[in-house]
Amino acid sequence: MLIPCPYCGVRDAREFTYLGDATVRRPDPAAPDAAEAFHAYVNLRDNPAGPHSEHWYHGAGCRRWLVVTRDTRTHAVLGAAFAGEAGA
Amino acid sequence: MSRLPSGGLIDRTQSLAFSFDGRSYAGHSGDTLASALLANGVRLVGRSFKYHRPRGIVTAGAHEPNALVEMRTGARREPNTRATTQELYASLEAASQNRWPSPAFDLMSANRGAGRFLGAGFYYKPSMGPAGGWERLYEPLIRHAAGLGRASALHDPDAYETAFAHCDVLVIGAGPAGLMAARAAGRAGARVILADGDLRLGGSLLSRRAVIGDAPAGAFAAGILAELAAMPDVRLMPRTTIFGAYDGGTYGALERVADHLPAPLPFTPRQRAWTINARRTVLATGALDRPIVFPGNDRPGVMSAVALTAYAVRYGVAAGATAAVFSAHDDAVAAALEAAEAGVRIAAIVDVRAAVHPVLAGRAKAAGIRLIQGEVIGTRGKTLSAITVRTPSGIETLAVDTLGVSGGLTPDLGLACHLGGRPVYDAARATFLPGPLPPGMNAAGAVVGRFGLAESLADGQAAGLAAAADAGFSAPPPALPRIDEAGFAAPSRSAPHSAESATAFWHVAAKGTAFVDQQNDVTAKDIAIAHAEGFRAVELMKRYTTLGMATDQGKTSSLAGLAMMAELTGLSLPETGTTTFRPPAVPVAIGALAGHHRGADFRPVRPTPTHGWAKAQGAVFVETGLWLRAQYFPRPGESGWRQSVDREVNATRAGVGLVDASTFGKIDLQGPDVGTLLDRVYINTFSTLPVGKARYGVMLREDGFVLDDGTTGRLADARYIMTTTTANAAKVYQHLAFCLDVLWPELDVTLASVTEQWAQISISGPHARAVLAQVVDGQDVSDAALPFMGAIEATVLGGIGARIFRLSFAGELGYEIAVPADAGTVLVEALMAAGRDFGITPYGTEALGVMRIEKGHVSGNELNGQTTAADLGLGRMASKRKDHIGRVMSERPALADPDRPMLVGVKPVDPAAVLRAGAHFLKIGAPAATAHDEGYLTSACHSPTLGHAIGLGFLKHGAKRHGERVRAFDPVRGADIEVEVCAPAFIDPQGERQRG
Repeated sequence: MLIPCPYCGVRDAREFTYLGDATVRRPDPAAPDAAEAFHAYVNLRDNPAGPHSEHWYHGAGCRRWLVVTRDTRTHAVLGAAFAGEAGA
Repeated sequence: MSRLPSGGLIDRTQSLAFSFDGRSYAGHSGDTLASALLANGVRLVGRSFKYHRPRGIVTAGAHEPNALVEMRTGARREPNTRATTQELYASLEAASQNRWPSPAFDLMSANRGAGRFLGAGFYYKPSMGPAGGWERLYEPLIRHAAGLGRASALHDPDAYETAFAHCDVLVIGAGPAGLMAARAAGRAGARVILADGDLRLGGSLLSRRAVIGDAPAGAFAAGILAELAAMPDVRLMPRTTIFGAYDGGTYGALERVADHLPAPLPFTPRQRAWTINARRTVLATGALDRPIVFPGNDRPGVMSAVALTAYAVRYGVAAGATAAVFSAHDDAVAAALEAAEAGVRIAAIVDVRAAVHPVLAGRAKAAGIRLIQGEVIGTRGKTLSAITVRTPSGIETLAVDTLGVSGGLTPDLGLACHLGGRPVYDAARATFLPGPLPPGMNAAGAVVGRFGLAESLADGQAAGLAAAADAGFSAPPPALPRIDEAGFAAPSRSAPHSAESATAFWHVAAKGTAFVDQQNDVTAKDIAIAHAEGFRAVELMKRYTTLGMATDQGKTSSLAGLAMMAELTGLSLPETGTTTFRPPAVPVAIGALAGHHRGADFRPVRPTPTHGWAKAQGAVFVETGLWLRAQYFPRPGESGWRQSVDREVNATRAGVGLVDASTFGKIDLQGPDVGTLLDRVYINTFSTLPVGKARYGVMLREDGFVLDDGTTGRLADARYIMTTTTANAAKVYQHLAFCLDVLWPELDVTLASVTEQWAQISISGPHARAVLAQVVDGQDVSDAALPFMGAIEATVLGGIGARIFRLSFAGELGYEIAVPADAGTVLVEALMAAGRDFGITPYGTEALGVMRIEKGHVSGNELNGQTTAADLGLGRMASKRKDHIGRVMSERPALADPDRPMLVGVKPVDPAAVLRAGAHFLKIGAPAATAHDEGYLTSACHSPTLGHAIGLGFLKHGAKRHGERVRAFDPVRGADIEVEVCAPAFIDPQGERQRG
C-alpha cells in the first residue's frame, strides 16, 4: 500500500503509523458536558464501509500528521493532505 | 527414459555431474534436476507423505506435487525442493525424501495398516478415542509414518535480502500473453517489469512446437526478449515468482538469486524478497495441465501430458521408452503429437471423447499413433509397465512405461483471487476463470481461458496496451504475428480451442485406489468419506481430507476434488465453489522475508556517543530499548555485577559518579507559543518558567493515564528543550506533532528531535560541582549562579557549545552536561580527568536504576500505561488553573478513585530477603487470591546505601499505610516475603543533597 505524502511524495505504508478517524474533534474541555464529550472523543468511533478520513503519522519521513482518505472496503488510498490543512 | 538425439534448450557441450541418493549422474546446462533425472532413467524420486507409496515426476513446473527432494547437504540442506524447478548445476547433491532405507525399498510402505488411521479426518478422529490414545498411540504412529523432508537444523549460512521496485506495468508470467503484453507496454514507453519464476522467459513457447510467423515459437520468444532487453525502462526478472497480490497494487515476489549455484557468490544473497508497487498489472500466468483421477494414477511413469511434451521439446528428454497419452481435450492430443514429433515414441492416445479434432486424428494416423476412445482404469508395475484401458469394445492392456494425462486446462488464477475475488465457472471451457480482478489488474491469455496460441498472443498485446494506456502511455497497436492455423500445416498447438474441444472429465469410475491430491495422499475414497460424514462444503472438505493443503496448495488437485464432491452432492460446480486462494502462491522461505534482519543484524545497533570510551573502560553493555548502553563497569577482583554496582553507587553518593545519559529523548521547541503548548501538554505549568530554569513535568494521554515524564528547561523566551524518557522519545515527539498538526495548528511552534545530536553526561555526587568547574569556560557554576533546576547554555573545554542542567536522577548534587554528539568522548574524558582527585567513578544503567529507586523516582516500570499522576504521587503537580491533555478523562470516577493503588516504598522485614518486581501485595493473613490483591511491586533492588533490599510499588491506600506490614507474594518464583510499607524516597526525602 502506498500513501502520497504531500511533503515526501508517494511512500510505502510501512513508513507511516496509523491512528484512526480524522473526523473526530477534541471537545471543549470547559463545556458542561465535557465528560461525556471526551468519552465519545476518546472511545467511540464509527466504522464506515467506504471512503474514510484517517490520521496517519509519517514517522519515517517528514514526521507530519496527515489526513489520508482510504476506502475501508478496498484499502484504496484516495488522497492525503497535511492535517490542519486538510480543510477538515 | 533417455536423452533424445537432438533438440531442447540445453547446452549439450556442457556436461554437469550431479548426484541423487548418492549415485552419480550427468546432465546438461539448461536442465532442471527433474529433466536430468528423467534423462538418466530415474523415475522413482521419493515416497509419498502418508502411505509411503513410490512416486515419480508429474509436472515440469512450479505446481509439482510429487518430485520434492532434499537439496544440498549440511547447513544448506533444504527439504521439499521441487525437482521440476531446481536448475541443475555442477556437483548438485540431492536426495529423495520420506523413505527408509531407499525409495525403491521402503519399509514403511509395508505398513499400509497405518492407512486406516490416515484417511479423511485423521487429524480429528483419534482425539475422539480413549483418553491418552492420541499422545501414546496415534501421534507417534502418524509422526512416524507421515512427513516429508528433513530441515538441516543448523544455522543457515546464506544471506537473504529484501528489496523494493516500482513500475507502471507489472507483467506476471512471460509466456505468449505476458511477452506480448510486456512488449506492447514497453513500446508505449511505460516502465515495465516482467517477472517469471523460470530461468528462461517464454513459458509454453519454450515447451511446444508452434510456428509463429516464420519462426519456431522459441525463436519468436527470443526475438521479443531481445527487444525488451534493449528497452531502458523494461526490467526482466527471471527466476522471480510473484507470490502474492496485496493492497494498492503491491505484489510480493521471490527472486531465487543463487539457487542455481552451488553456493551464493560472495556478497550476494541466496534469495531476494521483492515488494513491487505497480500502477497496473497484467496477469499472464497461463494454465496448468489438469490431472484425471483414476486407479493407479500415482504410479511413477504417470505424468502430465503437457509435461511429457515439455520434457521432449525443451529438455530433449524422452520421459519413457514407450508412452501413451490419456486425454479429454484437443490440446492434450496436440501435445502428444508434438512429443512424438520431438522423438518420443507414443504408442497410443486414449481419449475419453467420441471424437477428437479430425485434423489431429489425421496427424495421429499419419504418425502411426493409435487413437483409442476409452478410459484408463488401472496401471501396473513398480514403475509403470502397463495400463489397462476400458473401451466400448472391451478391456485392453497396453505395455507402456509412461502415461501422459490431461483432463483439461486449469487457469493458474490464484493471484487474481488474493484480494477476495472468487473464480467463476465457465461451462464452455469446463473450468474456473478469474472473477472480479483486483484494482489495477487485468488478465490475458490462458489464465482467462484463451488457451489457443493466436488468441493468447492477441489478448496479451491488447492487455499490455490497455495497462500502459491506463498508466498514461498510449501507442497504436502493432500488427500481430501471423500464425498458420489452416490445416495444421505446421506442427502447432494452434488447434482452435472451441467449446466443443474440451469436455468436463474429472475421474474414471473404476475400482482401485485413485489419488486426487498426490502430495497429501488424498484419495477418491477420502472425498467419499468426507461426503458420507457430512463434510461437504468445500472449505470443510478441504480441512477434513487435507485436500490442497500441501506445499503445492492443490494447484493441480483441488479442482478434481471439488468436482467429485459436486457429483456426490448433486450440486453444480458453480454452486459448489472453490476454496479460498491466499498468498503465498508458492512456498517462500521465512529467511527471505526477514532479509538481513536476523541474529546480530535483527535490528541496528544504536550505541551512545561514549560507547567506544565505555568499551575501553571494560563496560558490560545491555540493550535498553533501541539503545546499547553501559550496564556496569567491572573492576578486576570483583566477583559479580552486584559488587560492581554497589561500588559505583557508593562512590557516587560519597564522591562523584558519571553516567552517559544521552539516550534520553531531547526535543528542541522554538516559537512564541511554546509555553502555551507545554501548558496544554503537561499537567503542570511551563509558560511561567523563567528563562534559565528547568522544571519536572508529567504529561498524560487524552484518556487520563500518564504518557511520560521528564525535565524541560527554558533557554530563551521562545525556546525550550524537552527531555523525555529513553523509551518514549519517539512517542512523545509524535504526540507533540499531533498537538501542533491536528489539535492546535494555530500555535506557532517548531519542533526538532535532537536526541541523537547531543551527547549528555550526567555527573552526580557531593564533588560534582568541583568537577564541573574544571570543564566550563569561565562560567560561574556556584549555587548562586547555577541553582538547583538551573538550565543554561555555556561553553566547555575551550569553546565547545554546551547546555548545563542542574538536576540529578540519582538524588545528589548533579549536572547534566550536553555537548554536540561528536564531542561526547572528549567531554567524558575531560570529566574523568577533572574528577580523578575525587575518585570519579563511571557507572551504568544498573547503578542508575538503584539510585533512582533509593530516591523514589518513578521510571518505566511505574509509567506503565496503567497509572495516573495521582497513582504516582504526582497528582498535586496538576495545575487547576488550566486545561491539559487528559485532564477531563483523568477525573473519571475510576481514575480518581481513592482506592486505587498508589506509589509506596517497601523494605523487607528480614533485611537479608531479596525482593523481585512482579510480586503482589496481600494483607497479612489474607488468602492468596486475586480478590485480595492490593497492588504490586514494580521495581526492586539491593540498596548499597541502606544495606538491604528496597522496592517501589503500588498499594491500595498506600499513602496512609506507611509503617504497615504486608506480604509481597510471588507464586511464579516461589517467594512470599513480609515487607514494611514506607515513603517512596528511601534517602534524603527532603532533597537537601541535590540542592547543596
